[in-house]
Amino acid sequence: MKITKEEVLYVARLARLDLEADAIDKFAGQIDEILGYIEKLNQVDTAGIEPTSHAISLTNAFRPDEQREHLDRQRALANAPESEDGSFVVPKIVG
Amino acid sequence: MELYELSIEEAHRRLKQKEISSVELTRAVLERIAAVDSRVDAFLKVSENKALAQAKAADQKIAGGHCEPLTGIPLAVKDVICTRGLETTCGSRILENFLPPYSATVIEKLGHTGAVMLGKTNMDEFAMGSSTENSGFKNTRNPWDLTRVPGGSSGGSAAAVAADMCLGALGSDTGGSIRQPASFCSTVGLKPSYGRVSRFGLVAFASSLDQIGPLSKNVADCALMLNAIAGYDSADSTSVPADVPDYAGALKEGLKGIRVGIPVEYAAAEGMHAEVSDAVANAVRVIEDMGARTIEVSLPHTQYALAAYYVIAPSEASSNLARYDGVKYGVRDADQYDLLQMYRRTRSRGFGPEVQRRIIIGTYCLSAGYYDAYYGKASQVRTLIVQDFQKAFESCDVLLCPVAPAPAFKIGEKVDDPLTMYLSDIFTLSANLAGIPGMSIPCGFSKKGLPIGLQLLGRHFNEEMLLKVAYNFERVTDFHKKRPDL
Repeated sequence: MKITKEEVLYVARLARLDLEADAIDKFAGQIDEILGYIEKLNQVDTAGIEPTSHAISLTNAFRPDEQREHLDRQRALANAPESEDGSFVVPKIVG
Repeated sequence: MELYELSIEEAHRRLKQKEISSVELTRAVLERIAAVDSRVDAFLKVSENKALAQAKAADQKIAGGHCEPLTGIPLAVKDVICTRGLETTCGSRILENFLPPYSATVIEKLGHTGAVMLGKTNMDEFAMGSSTENSGFKNTRNPWDLTRVPGGSSGGSAAAVAADMCLGALGSDTGGSIRQPASFCSTVGLKPSYGRVSRFGLVAFASSLDQIGPLSKNVADCALMLNAIAGYDSADSTSVPADVPDYAGALKEGLKGIRVGIPVEYAAAEGMHAEVSDAVANAVRVIEDMGARTIEVSLPHTQYALAAYYVIAPSEASSNLARYDGVKYGVRDADQYDLLQMYRRTRSRGFGPEVQRRIIIGTYCLSAGYYDAYYGKASQVRTLIVQDFQKAFESCDVLLCPVAPAPAFKIGEKVDDPLTMYLSDIFTLSANLAGIPGMSIPCGFSKKGLPIGLQLLGRHFNEEMLLKVAYNFERVTDFHKKRPDL
């Protein structure tokens, strides 16, 4: 077994997910099977191989630092579930 | 021939000659959607009024003497591409009410050229899936057999093209999401080289793999669509500042002297359907007969591509999808507790099971203590896969192989078995890892009448080669002319 149910729950919390109680066993089993398959990578000798994070190697893309058109506040807030006085509203964070 | 059956090339000719108007053409396609989409369910949203207004504007443009290849042509767009003022859900409940404040660069480009946007097509949630069954809204059915999946994740776009509900469509491809549904539905589908088409306004799944591309009824149309969307965009720092060739112009050269590579590892793949191998072998013979020379090549790390992909793609996804937190856009769970509870409830209710599975796998692979063993290792294997292709392309100009190991499967058949579902992308995802272009074209039908696709893979930024080989193949075959009986 690659991953236990408890570890799945722990990682889910890191990812800000609440798993449904009745789905956890099935879910943990599927994730364990997928991680088991991924183990295959260990058969490959990768000593001294550079990792690739992007298939096309680009150097930094620069542009002139100029003022350009941007989203105004109203449009930026238009999709917010809750907004007030030009700000996003979230549940209370500090006491 | 009904107007909705026209190819882009033929519709363009008639628009330019003023034999038809864009309004007539768009109406015919909208009527076709009304007649058949209740059975296929390819569209999440049909924007009829906007489409007719765009068609009217296109007609004025044409009357003024400006008729570019896509002017007045009705197209569909996968719902992962932002369209200003038109719902963009990514097939997810969490974005159910999202109205993008801007359009993707590809949409702006299509708009400038006067193309008509019919609406948004169904997809696997956040483009994660191979059957469109992971849509948070509905299943799309394969027009060739309504009990089967259209493939995924661009299943709505492929089904819409196959069922003549648009003249062409945009999709996105992270591990095969254009090519596999194209093959399941008998359409042409192209994933361009990474960096060829701007990703600005494409909702991110795995940013180092995602690419927008066309699905069309034939190869010439695919070239026209690629010409309209390709090119450098300063809004996408990964788009490549390279000239865009005239793809449509490159089609007509012959195949004499072209070297075609056949990857030996693909034939030996597990779960390979005999009818698929036969159809692909036949296609190779047809291409040989036109003067191409075939050689066997080896891509020795093929068998590890799926494992590398299922570390890299979920890792990137887990990071990209952290933005759905119920604050800036999307749905928020109405019961509010504290901030953390709000995040968790919003995300758990908003994301479907496959998205949650991938977020957990990605988070696990990136978490402290596992990063080197999973993400680091997969990124090294990715280098070996890139090198495999570089080596293969030293001795050939194009690779030919299947798109998927088997034709379209039944709705529900693989839904509870994610790993088996992943295996349907086994031939396509290497191209995303390597960033090279890949294409699917119709090359046969199974005994049950299900479409089979041929995959063409090429060097970075050599889409012309794929289009040229595909065009020559299409000229001497008639698979692309067959239409499903709806």
